[in-house]
Order: sequence, then structure tokens, then C-alpha cells
Amino acid sequence: MTMHPEVTAVGSSNSTGPRAAGDTANMPTEPKIDKAPESGRVGRLNAETIFRWLATAAGATIVAAIALIALFLLIRAVPSVRADEVNFFTSTEFATNDANHLRFGIRDLFMVTVLSSVFALIVAVPIGVGIALFLTHYAPSRLGRPFTMLIDLLAAVPSIVFGLWGFLVLAPQIAPVQQFLNDKLGWFFLFSDGNVSIGGGGTIFTAGVVLAVMILPIITSVAREVFALTPRAHIEAAQALGATKWEVVRMTVLPYGRSGVIAGSMLGLGRALGETIAVLVVLRTASQAGEWSLFDGGYTFASKIASAASEFSSPLPTGAYIAAGFVLFALTFVVNALARLASGGKVNG
Amino acid sequence: MTSTTTLDKPVKAPTFRHVSTGRRIKNNIATGLVTLCFVIALIPLVWVLGLVVTKGITAILSADWWMNSQKGILPDQTGGGVYHAIYGTIVQSAVASIIAVPLGIMAAVYLVEYGRGRLAKVTTFMVDILAGVPSIVAALFIFALWIATFGMPQSSFAVSLALVLLMLPVVVRSTEEMLKLVPDELREASYALGVPKWKTILRIVIPTAAPGMISGILLALARVMGETAPVLVLVGYSKSINQNIFDGNMASLPLLIYQELANPEAAGRERVWGAALTLILMIAALYLAAAGVNKLLTRNR
Repeated sequence: MTMHPEVTAVGSSNSTGPRAAGDTANMPTEPKIDKAPESGRVGRLNAETIFRWLATAAGATIVAAIALIALFLLIRAVPSVRADEVNFFTSTEFATNDANHLRFGIRDLFMVTVLSSVFALIVAVPIGVGIALFLTHYAPSRLGRPFTMLIDLLAAVPSIVFGLWGFLVLAPQIAPVQQFLNDKLGWFFLFSDGNVSIGGGGTIFTAGVVLAVMILPIITSVAREVFALTPRAHIEAAQALGATKWEVVRMTVLPYGRSGVIAGSMLGLGRALGETIAVLVVLRTASQAGEWSLFDGGYTFASKIASAASEFSSPLPTGAYIAAGFVLFALTFVVNALARLASGGKVNG
Repeated sequence: MTSTTTLDKPVKAPTFRHVSTGRRIKNNIATGLVTLCFVIALIPLVWVLGLVVTKGITAILSADWWMNSQKGILPDQTGGGVYHAIYGTIVQSAVASIIAVPLGIMAAVYLVEYGRGRLAKVTTFMVDILAGVPSIVAALFIFALWIATFGMPQSSFAVSLALVLLMLPVVVRSTEEMLKLVPDELREASYALGVPKWKTILRIVIPTAAPGMISGILLALARVMGETAPVLVLVGYSKSINQNIFDGNMASLPLLIYQELANPEAAGRERVWGAALTLILMIAALYLAAAGVNKLLTRNR
């Protein structure tokens, strides 16, 4: 927002009160006029300073919060990682029952987290972009707002409800689809036999579909905002050349909105990486590590932490989970920073 | 000049050519696909909401549901209510908003009215980052700080602290948007009357932006109300009401759902769906309130 510094200045600190005319204030030879209203001004000046200070402190609190999150997670995680008996990055074990012999690594968590989120992204981005196009350029303009609200409603449903739906209803329903993919395309590593049975449906595939539904609104809303900003002149130029509606969209709207689509996808990826409870409810635990198949089970970073939350008692085992949490924090930090970068510093999620 | 031009027919052959079949087909396919995308998105929405309503309606229609807790109810017994969980959900999010709302508004005031230079840039960036922090990380941070470092017990207050972190960026952003909408002429008129800046902000800018701010805050509240990860990490489940927010277990609706999900009995499933419907109704009420506030307060402007 543009403020006017000269106006501000008159209102606050440089004000010489109603008595002092503007030109006399500039004269150094007459300090008396400058001084006279000062006693009356002290209270006002103080209030202004205090208020500005409060506002700045509130802004700084947010910066401090992020720094503190990183700091405290690190403080708690480092001793546990030191005591770790296997490599933190390459081990697939996560055994924290014996506080004296911690064996934990994040490879499997990383695999499940990335695979489910990327799968969700691949499902959700084309649909989200399609919805955004529909809302901005295809839907009748009178219905645009109600339709937008419908999509935003998806974002209002709590994640535990999506988890319930995914676990109790969706998983059995899409198990046959997964079985089909497994039978026909089993030679490809993504569709090979996983480490849990497809029958119940508690696989990364199901979790990815649930995540896709959950990140759809954010991708749509970011893409929609950018698509709606496409310059009228571009669209009209394309129309004047005789382009069909689709050609208009392809030649003007999509190139113009590319950064928004990328930013929205990144924000969606960030959400998917950190989603906890829906994944925890849907995914089945596996006895051995997965091999990058969509039909694996297991834990993501977030669901692993949540699943062990009731056992956070002694510091060292807890630190193992906090270390996993720190990795997740770093991951989402990078993804969100990239989203900001892609959109040139203007994202709204 | 010998030939006379007759103007009863076009001088040139018509230049407009009809859209070729290929392009027309492509255009129709695109229209169909885009519409299909929208329909696809409606499927889960209708499916989830329909499911929750049909399965949860029997549980919430009894008066016990709203007035009683689960005290003394065995896992395989139907009956009892979720009063304790509703109480917990409301208390936790209310305490969170008591902290998050003033802080968020002040941060937004800083960003819009005072923010210059590097700190403002860093703050805007950090608001975006904080908006992307997963709820489980916020919960772990509060665990590391409040419980592991300060040695406090698990409590509903710890949950509220985690919710503050999740609520802050939403409040800051919506307030920021609303403050930016306040016309500069109002500020300038106020300065011209000699009103200091802080008073202008408190008496002119914020009241003008208030309806939008309030509805933004209500939406932020709706968002944190359904958060499950913080309650899972920071507080235990209790079957009855706990009045003490600084100590002891306290139920909340998401936690109740998660607990009862482990209960294989039919009664447990009924409670799960009932609680899910209750949670959605509470969130819907907040959304309606937000829309209502916006409408009512902006009417006489």
C-alpha cells in the first residue's frame, strides 16, 4: 500500500502543533516557537512510538516464530541423531523402543511422503487447472461465484473427515482399480506388487487420491486468480485472429498464468507433504520397506510422528521423531519458498 | 475506366472461412474436458458431505448427544454424547484466537502501515512460510518448547499454542488484504485534521476494514477447529469434561473421532460419523457467520 510520507510526517513527529506555522518551524533562529508546544506533544509522540513499536514487534514475532521452530526442533533432534546407530538418511529402520540403542532412518518415510505427494500432485494439477479455466473462462459469469464457493467448500472439510472417507469408503471402492493396474502394468516399478495387500486399499495409491482431493482447492484458487488477470487485450487479439475458445485459452490464458499454476502446484505439494491425519488413517503399516511402488504402505513423516505421539516420554526416542519433523519442516520450507519464487512473491493460499 | 463496377454483388470473394472440422473438434473436446474437471471435483465433495450427513444424522438427533459426555459409557454401548468434545474444541480454539487475533492484526498493521525495508520483506516471506508449516510440525515445535524444554504437562493450552501458529498467517493475510482496501483518502483526511497516525489506524482504518477482518478471523477459526495433529501430540483424550486448560487431558471432536476409529464396535462407528457431522456443522456455522457479518456490517456503508 502506498503511504504518503510527507502526510505521515505532518501527522506525527514533525508536527509543531496548531500554533506553529509551517515556515516558522524551519527557522533555526527562533527555537522558542519550536519548543513551546513540545510539552503537549510528548504524550502524543509516545503513543505513536509505542504503537509503532507494538506493530513492529508483532511482525517480528512471526519471523522469530519460524526461527524458533527451526532452532528448537534442531536442539531436540541433534542428540538423538548423534545416538543413532544407523545412518539417519539411508536407513529404512525406525526402531525407537530401546532408548539405548536407537536405530532410525528416514529413507522409507521419505519414499512414502514423496511418492504419495507427487502422485497426488500429478492427479490434482491437471484437474485443478481445468477447474480454474472452467471458472474463469467457460462457466456462465452469473454462476462463476457460486461455483467458486463450491470448490472452496472442499477446503473447509476437516482433514480427519477426508481420512474417514478415504479409509472407510473410498479405499474398498478403488481397490479393484488398483488390482487392475497391478495386473496389467505390474512390470513397471510404480505398479509392481507392494508391501501391503491391495485388497483393503490402504496403499499409497489411495492416500494419493485422498491427498489430491485435499489439495485441489488450493491449486484451483491460485490458478484461478492468475487466469482471471489475463489482459483483456491479449484475449481480444487472439479472438480477432479468429481463434476458437480453446485456442484463445492455449495462446493467451495458459502462457500468462503459467507462473500461477506452478506456484499453486508448489503450495499444493507443500500441503500434501505435511498432511498428517488423513494419511495416518488411510495408509496401512508395512513390515518391510517399500520399493517405490504405488501399492506400498507405510508411514509418511507426518503420519509417523502422529502415530507415535502417545509414546513421547523419554527425550532420546522423542528426538528421533523430532528429527523426522525437522526434515519435514525443511522440505516444506523449500517447497513453499519455491512457490513464492515462482509467483514473484505474490501467493495467496 | 471502361468497365463499370456493379455493386450488387461483392467485389471480392468472401474472405471468411469457417472453422475447420479439426479445430472445431479440438475446441469441443477442450470445453468438454474443462467442464468434466469441474464435475470431477464435485464428486468427492458431494460424496463426503452426503456420507457424513447420512451416517451421522442418527447419532446427533438424540438430545444426549449435545448435553452429555462419554463418561461411564463402554466402547460397545451406544449413547452418551460429545458435549465434552464440543467444549474442548471451542475452548482450545477460543484460547488460540485470543492470542492469535491481536498478534495477527498488529502484524498486518505493521506490514500495511509501517512496514518498510528489510524486516517488512522478511516478515511477508515468513508469513507465507508459516502458512505452509504442516500442523504436525507446529505441534512438534510446541512439544519441544513447552513440554520438553519448559517441563509443562500436556494440556489443552499447549494445543492452543500450536493452533496460534496455524491461525496467525491466515489472520495476518486476510487482515492485510482488508487494510489495503481502505482508501488512502480516508487516511489523508484524518491526517489533515491533525490526528496522529496511530489514532488514525485505530479509529479510522481498522473500523473501516472491520467487517472483512471479522469474517477473515472466523474463517481462520474454522480452519484450525478441524486440526487433528496438534491434539494428537499435545493432549490426551478424556471421556469427561476437563475445566482446567493448563493441565490434564481434554477431548476435542477430531481427537474423539480418532479415538473411536480404533473402536471396532458398531457404537464406535456411530460416534465417529456423529462427531464428524458435528464438526462439519460447527465449521459450517462459522462460515455462515462470516458471510453474515460481511453482509450485515457492510450494508449501511
